Amino acid sequence: MKNTRDTQLLFELSRPGCRATRLPACDVPELPLCELLPTASMASTPPNLPELSEPQIVRHFVNLSTQNMSVDTHFYPLGSCTMKYNPKRNERIAGLPGLAELHPYQPESTLQGMLQILYELQEILQEISGLAVCSLQPAAGAHGELTALLVASAYFRNLGQKRPIVLVPDNAHGTNPASASMAGFQSVTLKTTSDGFVDMDELATKLNDQVAVLMITNPSTLGLFEPHIRQIADQVHAVGALVYLDGANMNAILGVARPGDFGADMQHFNPHKTFSGPHGGGGPGAGPICVTKELAPFLPAPIVVPCDRQEPCDHQETDEKGSGPTYRLDWDRPKSIGRVRAFFGNVGVLVRTYAYIRTHGPDGLRRVSENAVLNANYLLSRIKKILPVVQDDRCMHEFVATAAQLKAEKNISAMDIAKRLLDYGFHAPTVYFPLTVPEAIMIEPTESESKQTLDDFTDALFRIIEEDPQLLHGAPHTTSISRPNEVQAARQQILSHPEA
Amino acid sequence: MPYLYNTPADQTEMLATIGAGSLDELFDSVPQDLQLARSLDLPSAMSEMELEQHLHRLANKNQHAGQLVCFLGGGSYDHFVPAVVDAIGSRSEFYTSYTPYQAEASQGNLQVVFEYQSLITRLTGMEVSNASMYDGGSATAEAVLMAISTTGGRSAKKRQPNVVLPHSLHPEYRATIVTYLENLDVQVRFLETPQGIIDREHLANVLDDQTAAVVLQHPNFFGCLEDAEEITRITHDAGALLISVFDPISLGLLTRPGDYGANIAVAEGQGLGTPMTYGGPYLGIMACDKKLVRRMPGRIAGQTVDRRGNPCFVLTLQTREQHIRRAKATSNVCTNQGLFALRATVYLAQLGPQGLRETATLCLQKAHYASQQLCRHPRFSRAFDHPTFKEFVIRDAENRVDELLQAATNHGYLAGIPLAPWFPELSDCFLVAVTEKRTQDEIDRWVGELTRCGAKVHI
Amino acid sequence: MNQEDLLFAKTHEWVAISTEDGQPLATLGLSAFAVEALTDLVFIELPEVGQQVKAEEPCCEVESVKAVSDVYSPVEGEIIAVNDALPDALETLSEDPYGSGWIAKIRLAGEPDLTHLMDYKTYQKQCEEES
Repeated sequence: MKNTRDTQLLFELSRPGCRATRLPACDVPELPLCELLPTASMASTPPNLPELSEPQIVRHFVNLSTQNMSVDTHFYPLGSCTMKYNPKRNERIAGLPGLAELHPYQPESTLQGMLQILYELQEILQEISGLAVCSLQPAAGAHGELTALLVASAYFRNLGQKRPIVLVPDNAHGTNPASASMAGFQSVTLKTTSDGFVDMDELATKLNDQVAVLMITNPSTLGLFEPHIRQIADQVHAVGALVYLDGANMNAILGVARPGDFGADMQHFNPHKTFSGPHGGGGPGAGPICVTKELAPFLPAPIVVPCDRQEPCDHQETDEKGSGPTYRLDWDRPKSIGRVRAFFGNVGVLVRTYAYIRTHGPDGLRRVSENAVLNANYLLSRIKKILPVVQDDRCMHEFVATAAQLKAEKNISAMDIAKRLLDYGFHAPTVYFPLTVPEAIMIEPTESESKQTLDDFTDALFRIIEEDPQLLHGAPHTTSISRPNEVQAARQQILSHPEA
Repeated sequence: MPYLYNTPADQTEMLATIGAGSLDELFDSVPQDLQLARSLDLPSAMSEMELEQHLHRLANKNQHAGQLVCFLGGGSYDHFVPAVVDAIGSRSEFYTSYTPYQAEASQGNLQVVFEYQSLITRLTGMEVSNASMYDGGSATAEAVLMAISTTGGRSAKKRQPNVVLPHSLHPEYRATIVTYLENLDVQVRFLETPQGIIDREHLANVLDDQTAAVVLQHPNFFGCLEDAEEITRITHDAGALLISVFDPISLGLLTRPGDYGANIAVAEGQGLGTPMTYGGPYLGIMACDKKLVRRMPGRIAGQTVDRRGNPCFVLTLQTREQHIRRAKATSNVCTNQGLFALRATVYLAQLGPQGLRETATLCLQKAHYASQQLCRHPRFSRAFDHPTFKEFVIRDAENRVDELLQAATNHGYLAGIPLAPWFPELSDCFLVAVTEKRTQDEIDRWVGELTRCGAKVHI
Repeated sequence: MNQEDLLFAKTHEWVAISTEDGQPLATLGLSAFAVEALTDLVFIELPEVGQQVKAEEPCCEVESVKAVSDVYSPVEGEIIAVNDALPDALETLSEDPYGSGWIAKIRLAGEPDLTHLMDYKTYQKQCEEES
């Protein structure tokens, strides 16, 4: 049951002299600190942290946790985020000491199980994407975008070509143009048609030998499969440019269509979306990328490879069969762009990804997409009777409704609906994205929701739009807080608790 | 399928509502020739039991830090994680939620982020912290981009800006920065540190009026303390920003980046309650001067009031970010590392001021003891003659580091990190880290192991 | 300043042309209509003194909570003064948009081309069409 008492800040709970942790006495002969450290580099006082007891800490954070909606407690149809169930078995597995307590610089001979998981995952992601080589290094989807664009840039540099432009459709995730800028490209916006597809005339106008990459999200951010994807890719390739696939929406096409087959040269995966890695309140994610054979030499190092039996890896440990280690890290990649982070990658997320994929197998993964698309279409077919839906009749794994008409007629905005849904016990969909749809409400139910939940959600939406607009402007009414003053937040900038 | 709810009957009913004849029909918008005509070539499905047994087998092929005694560091450390951190981090209301776009449904996460930012500002002495970044390496690269955009300003200077990266900075952080800067018009100036720390005169010589930033790791990659105050002064005298890469545990004892004048402070926060997990996911800490906040990447939580006047928390200053500013955003960063910011918050609350100080003191004392004991053997000496915190570089007079470390591994010790892959001039050296978890007994036996390996060779 | 004496850009900036030390000078601001439409401004990033600006190109930015808008310079020249008081008193932009809410002063690079600018009446018409 929710604790309704005010939740104070840690700092307000602090009582001088309180302690939650006792450390063991030092068991080695101690020297005076002044003999070990120069006085100038020593702090005169301990850090100004709050002083608390363990029970206090636990109650504080557990009570805070109840102030969240989460996938485990609520339907969370946040479009574009694929908020599916996060399997408990994956959590237990990722916590195994043999996986969680590995240091990144351990010798490879002590990591053969881990390297096997990572190697197999590379192979699995290559097969799902239809692309040749995988790098598991990037830490998030946006990080994967940046990495792939740096790979593309190295590829063109190697060809001696200067191509300063990256084309980005106007309904793309904001990370796409931001990644392009970060990678040193000029991001040029491509207008899309009212259906959210690439405008072929616009593409023809903007495509030339200055273009390095077209970044495309397919299925698109409107939840539709780009009908001309193959022609688009062919035209991009015809001017010598590359196609990057933003893999945010892979949950719709697992085992159905492969980016490599429809013309992508590179893509990232969002394992925290598609492969059920918990979103963690905003991270961690991971952003593995797959690329064609031509781009592979430029991928970050290292990549996991099987040991060449002729030239066994330089280890004394042997595996079960006594034939030496099976996997090693390949650092010998002279054309590589280098590193995009320290250490191998977000391995904890990748292990969960591996566990998720191994649980499903090839047919199971297709079932995931079928049911994600089924749920989305079912919800669409019911919601289109309440709100206009951009896609009309059919969508892939998500769809975008609009409250524009409602706004004009009754002054009920997408935000009002989003806030009121919280009162009905549902997390809000994504609102005001994509930017190309006014009063957008982007709904992605995922495959792990039941028909009953979708029906309940539809019923709530139906009731909400009939409610008094005034009631909606003040929503939510049942949460601990309502409609925070964001202007004051941005102007006053209270970004930490003031020190006493 | 384990995670699907709908029965075949549900599916039939749903398809009827949709007006579709079959599941396959739902994919009609995917051109037929682009549909995969076969099953994916993947291993077949596993039940929960099979999966767990399979992964146990794989996990058992590894040797982990609970089995081998870990003296490895270099940015990832075997620090103690209190049970409370795991207990709170396993609350699924935290780990199965997402970015707090709807503040009313996310006050738990938002307050945690606000508390995290408050703890980081107190720990570092900096004015502002963001909600966290991917890891220490990418946070450092982002700090460099931030410094370049700050000092570059809008009045596009004619000359190319430069950044100074000393060799005493983590080599993988250096590599990350170089990758990030590859296509930008920025010159990277490497500063050699043959003495193990930055030479002040040498630094002053490479700085000029186009230097955007100096990246100072303190304690540095070799474990040595740098003269942070003096380096900051020289950097500021040249009009550049000082980016401090710190070790959060060290701040139990050492002066804070804010105290010696750092403009941006970044760190790998893994030591604050995050398991090593073969390198990630970790926690990138980033804090800065208040006047730089609009150039800072990543999410930031702020305090405000709701419509009833109650204090509450929201994401703020979002116009810096990619979903609004798109191509002109401060960074493409979208997520923070919420779960590990939470763990760090719980960790710091659990340790408190005394706990963090004692942890830092134990690291310092034990590292010093380990170094002293090992260097009593003539084969081993410290490569650099400077005060260190919890890490130090050992030189092997016999120059057979790989053999030595391999033998130690075979006998149960992750004894150190060879420096040869990054520093050819230090191919006879290895880096050792000693955390509060290492007991005197473990240290003595580690010394015994390394010296015995040496002895065997002589026999 | 009297709004009737100002010139307006399609992008909702105003300029007042005057002479200082014998040199033509433009004062730049945002129209009342624009400030109203942007709602709840939270930040202005002023241009830098000494910065060269070109006609119809962005010279600085204003931000609301969830939007960033470029402020375009209607004229070409060099920024010689900015309204430093503005960032800490953003309400001035709406309270006195044509007076103490000025943003910057620009020393014109020669005889300015003002043909793309509108007088107040024409601008009012544009605003009516937009709203």
